[in-house]
Amino acid sequence: MKLDLSAEQQMIQALAREFAETAIKPIAAEIDREARFPHETVKRMGELGLMGIAIPERWGGSGVDAVASVLAIEEIAKACGSHAAIMSVNNSLYCDPVYKFGTDAQRERFLKPVASGHAHGCFALTEPQAGSDASNQHTLAVRDGAHYVLNGRKQFVTNGREASFALVFCATDRAKAHHGISTLVVEKGTPGFLVPKTEDKLGIRASDTAELVFEDCRVPAENRLGEEGMGFPIALATLDGGRIGIAAQAVGLAAGALERSVAYARERKSFGVPIGHHQMVQWMLADMATAIDGARLLTLRAAALKDEGRPYTTAAAMAKLFAAETAMKVTTDAVQIHGGYGFIKEYEVERYFRDAKITQIYEGTSQIQKLVIARDILGGSR
Amino acid sequence: MKILVAVKQVPDTATQVKISADPRAIDTTGITWIVSPYDEFAVEEALRIKEKRGQGEVVAVSLGPERVKEALRSCLAMGCDRAIHLNDPAWNGADTLATAKALAAVIQREAPGLVLCGRQAIDDDMGAVPAQLAELLGWPCASWVMEATVDGDGKTARAARQVEGGLEVFDLPLPAVLTAQKGLNEPRYPTLKGIMGAKKKEIRDVKATDLGLAVEPPQLSVVMLEALPPRPPGRILQGDVPTAVKELVRSLREDAKAI
Amino acid sequence: MANAFWCIVEDDRQGTPKKVMAEVIGEAARLSRGQTEAVWLTDKASAAGLKQLAEWGATKIRLLESAAFAPYRSEVWVGAAAELAVKEAPRAIFAPVTSRAREFVARLAARLGVGLAADCVAFAMDGERLVATRPVYAGKLLAKTTWAKTPSVATLRPNVFRPAEAQPGRTAPVERPSVTLPAAQMKFVERREEVATGLPELTEAEIVLSGGRGMKGPENYVILEDMAHVIGAAVGASRAAVDAGWRPHRFQIGQTGRTISPKLYMGFGVSGAIQHLAGMRTSKVIVAVNKDPEAPIFKIADYGIVGDLFEVVPELTKEFKKLLEK
Ligand SMILES: Cc1cc2nc3c(=O)[nH]c(=O)nc-3n(C[C@H](O)[C@H](O)[C@H](O)COP(=O)(O)OP(=O)(O)OC[C@H]3O[C@@H](n4cnc5c(N)ncnc54)[C@H](O)[C@@H]3O)c2cc1C
Ligand SMILES: Cc1cc2nc3c(=O)[nH]c(=O)nc-3n(C[C@H](O)[C@H](O)[C@H](O)COP(=O)(O)OP(=O)(O)OC[C@H]3O[C@@H](n4cnc5c(N)ncnc54)[C@H](O)[C@@H]3O)c2cc1C
Ligand SMILES: Cc1cc2nc3c(=O)[nH]c(=O)nc-3n(C[C@H](O)[C@H](O)[C@H](O)COP(=O)(O)OP(=O)(O)OC[C@H]3O[C@@H](n4cnc5c(N)ncnc54)[C@H](O)[C@@H]3O)c2cc1C
Repeated sequence: MKLDLSAEQQMIQALAREFAETAIKPIAAEIDREARFPHETVKRMGELGLMGIAIPERWGGSGVDAVASVLAIEEIAKACGSHAAIMSVNNSLYCDPVYKFGTDAQRERFLKPVASGHAHGCFALTEPQAGSDASNQHTLAVRDGAHYVLNGRKQFVTNGREASFALVFCATDRAKAHHGISTLVVEKGTPGFLVPKTEDKLGIRASDTAELVFEDCRVPAENRLGEEGMGFPIALATLDGGRIGIAAQAVGLAAGALERSVAYARERKSFGVPIGHHQMVQWMLADMATAIDGARLLTLRAAALKDEGRPYTTAAAMAKLFAAETAMKVTTDAVQIHGGYGFIKEYEVERYFRDAKITQIYEGTSQIQKLVIARDILGGSR
Repeated sequence: MKILVAVKQVPDTATQVKISADPRAIDTTGITWIVSPYDEFAVEEALRIKEKRGQGEVVAVSLGPERVKEALRSCLAMGCDRAIHLNDPAWNGADTLATAKALAAVIQREAPGLVLCGRQAIDDDMGAVPAQLAELLGWPCASWVMEATVDGDGKTARAARQVEGGLEVFDLPLPAVLTAQKGLNEPRYPTLKGIMGAKKKEIRDVKATDLGLAVEPPQLSVVMLEALPPRPPGRILQGDVPTAVKELVRSLREDAKAI
Repeated sequence: MANAFWCIVEDDRQGTPKKVMAEVIGEAARLSRGQTEAVWLTDKASAAGLKQLAEWGATKIRLLESAAFAPYRSEVWVGAAAELAVKEAPRAIFAPVTSRAREFVARLAARLGVGLAADCVAFAMDGERLVATRPVYAGKLLAKTTWAKTPSVATLRPNVFRPAEAQPGRTAPVERPSVTLPAAQMKFVERREEVATGLPELTEAEIVLSGGRGMKGPENYVILEDMAHVIGAAVGASRAAVDAGWRPHRFQIGQTGRTISPKLYMGFGVSGAIQHLAGMRTSKVIVAVNKDPEAPIFKIADYGIVGDLFEVVPELTKEFKKLLEK
């Protein structure tokens, strides 16, 4: 077993760290407070190649691999959960499926501009009644000649307002239930495609979470990704990969909170000694560090399996579950180590605490990950 | 035009350095190495000159042990076309002059139109190699350059060097040596594509004998390294602002005699 | 032979040696056995300047005066100085760390094929061997170095060495050796002056006030400048302040800025990051004003005030005024 990163992976990690430190960290608190989408830094991330990391260069991407994506997302998340969410969604929920399931013509139109960072993409699966139960799609696409006429409502779509392209899951044949779901790429500006609302949120406040509404929206049939009825398998396969990205985000948030906690434990004094001298604080720090390393290793393993073309559904679910739970626990303890200061915005650990929560929810809640893992252990017989 | 950039790999600025068992050297275990920050300005400027001219080649050169390849790789990732690694234990105790001689020998072979260096390497802080290089080559040299342009036919460089109280602008006939001061430009980050592309670019190893250089003892040698003497503990002046300030002024005058 | 310590004269380009020469001559005189020679390359030397060098302790002045020396170009200076050095074979060649001297002597050392120690902070004679101490690794360590042969070429950090005390009436012979002047390769185009601040040069100032990110904005540097005018200080800044565009880069103190060693450094709203300390840790007295009692700068400060700089600075200016009016 080898644990070394390649020279390129190390350089990408170093680049992401440096960029996060110098460009993102200084604005993280402010964009969170103002719930402002960080256009400027996201644009620069695109120029660096961070918005289409695993996509081949031919399609505008950087042609690296999933391991490098994990390393980069972790570094970005260490500085800011919102940036990591924007980046993770663009990479794994949009670019990956368009590359994997798209034709060359579709890649040219829908992938190149997004993987190269000139435009953003989003992934619209969730509906008011279809969250964990994602197959319960009410959005309907009816074939009309060379077009589909799309009607329905998507919610909680990350990058929904900013994206130029939306990957929309919809029923094309209601009778077939989840075998009747298809995937359409809908371009912003298509008549009947509206973004009426963005949510006010607890965490990742600088990423936009939007509602997308389709009213008799005519989408060319050539915008369909894969065959009719292949939508649900596409969604599931995409989420497998997406979970690795969210796991990386969670690891980064936890690592950022730990870094601050260690610094604080060295500086802050109580009863005449730095609080890091108190055994109960040491205990917390040791648990935090151990859990983070465990989460990181699970995440890198899932990414490595993906890069090798081996099955990784369960590995990704385990990574996401463990990393998200770790992020929540570690950021909670980080606030604890900071005492009252931890509860105050100036000290920033409270932001990590708020940002961590979403990792237990999106791209499959922790409960859903457990379902996936248990199903695998039990061999499909639930 | 071919531009050669001399880059040195140095410990990260935040690194804690410790003296090794050999009191003349530092303990390099656990050190993160980076490209000396001023050399990044030099690389950036070389790339900009090439981009502006729409043609040319940028070659990064570094003298040092095997680890120096990392620094060269990051120059390649930034956009340098190829790299030369002066990699020979014969240079282990090189002083500025020996370093300059080795670089000069490579430069003579490569015959670039312009050589860019950092104003100083941030570890040994001599700020001497570039001027010595210019001397060995018989070229003009402008140090601490804040602005640089190369004319259309690649015959002259106009450089503004920082001096006390202002900038002095000169035209230098090429080839010449320029050293980069902060403010010359803002170095780019390597892109992911650049990082991946660097793998395919050449880093050529060169030994002293390849350059026909004999090993000479250094003209300046390190006798020993020492830790800084600790500063005596300071004093936080107590009381409200006017009280603390009065006490400070009194102490500066009467105890420290600093004012 | 080979006993003379040369001191390369840095001047104000108007014919007057800079004050830092008192330090260079003072240190050279301490080490030399009575042969402390000022070597002055200039387009014009004033009589007062020559007198000044002698009073500081130069035992001989070698004056190379020619229009070709201005503006400074290394190829011209080195050719002239090297010819003289080969003829006279001095024991050592000292120069202060200034923009031109540091380049000039590096190139000169290469021409002469001898070692160079830059930015030295101490010298000692170990028998016949001259040993120079210089900060390395951003001032985290000191390196003692020595030369394989003479002349030993070195630059001296300003404000570190004890200046020679001028002895009025002391004189020295002035020699005007003739040397071949190499043709200049570089063509002078123009000089662009910085907006004069009326304050001393950062690297030469005896007192430096440094404002960090705690200054909150460029407009607030006025309060430091007010104080600077009262006590004759230069005003510097941290990289955070420079990167924010509050101060031009030439005012940055630290590893990637200027290295200073004043008698008194006062930091206001500077946290004391390791890279900042690299540029000022050899200051003789360090004062820190910071509202955060845990700021690392307090670890190296001789005096600290934990408080809001916007309250402390005006109060301090007032007190300094009172003191200096006395
Ligand atoms: C900020 C944000 C960004 C988002 N971004 C996107 C996006 O880009 N694209 C997108 O399509 N969606 C996105 N979502 C939606 C997200 O994926 C869903 O919210 C999530 O899948 C949960 O769905 P739900 O909210 O409907 O919760 P529900 O499914 O209603 O779940 C409620 C609770 O019941 C539990 N539960 C549900 N079913 C089971 C079960 N079978 N067994 C055990 N427990 C169960 C859940 O774990 C949860 O605790 C985003 C959401 C948020 C808040
Ligand atoms: C094992 C070891 C032993 C040493 N022994 C001695 C010794 O005995 N005597 C001694 O004086 N020094 C010694 N040194 C220090 C070393 O030789 C210096 O790094 C060298 O003298 C260059 O000086 P500087 O780093 O201050 O470069 P500066 O003159 O400050 O560098 C300015 C610019 O020159 C270029 N440059 C400098 N060095 C290199 C390089 N290596 N490769 C490419 N470009 C470069 C860069 O553009 C740089 O920005 C030793 C170092 C090591 C690692
Ligand atoms: C390669 C590299 C090179 C570098 N080179 C340099 C360099 O040459 N020089 C340099 O300075 N830095 C350098 N740095 C940057 C360095 O790491 C620090 O980021 C920088 O020095 C911080 O500047 P600061 O102290 O002004 O800001 P901060 O670290 O943000 O500190 C501001 C301080 O102001 C205090 N403060 C705020 N408001 C007030 C108030 N009203 N009253 C009193 N105090 C207040 C705060 O408590 C805080 O301590 C370099 C970094 C790198 C990576």
